[in-house]
Amino acid sequence: MMDGFLITSLVVLSLAILGCLYRLIKGPSMNDRIIALDTIGILLLSMIAVLCMLFRTQVYFDIILLIGILTFIGTTALARYIERGDVIERDEPNR
Amino acid sequence: MNAMSQIGEFLIGLIVLLGSVLGALSAFGLIRLPDVYLRSHAATKSATLGVLLILAGAFLYFTFYLDHVSAKLLLGIVFVFITAPVAGHLNGRAAYRSGVSLWEKSVADDLKPALKQERERKQAQEKAEG
Repeated sequence: MMDGFLITSLVVLSLAILGCLYRLIKGPSMNDRIIALDTIGILLLSMIAVLCMLFRTQVYFDIILLIGILTFIGTTALARYIERGDVIERDEPNR
Repeated sequence: MNAMSQIGEFLIGLIVLLGSVLGALSAFGLIRLPDVYLRSHAATKSATLGVLLILAGAFLYFTFYLDHVSAKLLLGIVFVFITAPVAGHLNGRAAYRSGVSLWEKSVADDLKPALKQERERKQAQEKAEG
């Protein structure tokens, strides 16, 4: 019964990722694409958590943390790039 | 004891299913809503809640059924809970400052006069400094 719930939620999550993919491809502005990428990362993270429960293993927990960190850093870097034109601010002494 | 453990499995499965349905709702909002800002409202909040529910379900399952209290899962819950709203906020600010237009039926834009005031003040300051 537990496995039935888990497989159903895997199907629902992959449909949600397909919906985000539509917005990622079509999105009118660049920020729409960033939001869609962020949501895809978060949904992927939860899919991996469901897989951990389905296989009764603990080896994928590291991947959960890794995808969370990579999603956050990617979203932050892309948003800063769109807002200011560069990711890391340099010191400019003649300003 | 056996019935108790079956009820517990049912509840954890229900929590996980609820979390995935919330994720699907956020994707639905991402498709249907008309504007970057409204879309970020859908994507940030409900996707975060869905992930929190799924990770909490996984934590409960591993704690009670596999006898493994996982600190990594707790760390993942805390990390997603902190960073997802920050990422949404940064993205909304970048969208506004790079000039993505609002929906034409939006009724209020409080940031526009504030930004204009700040720009005028900065210009006056630069003029006063020479």
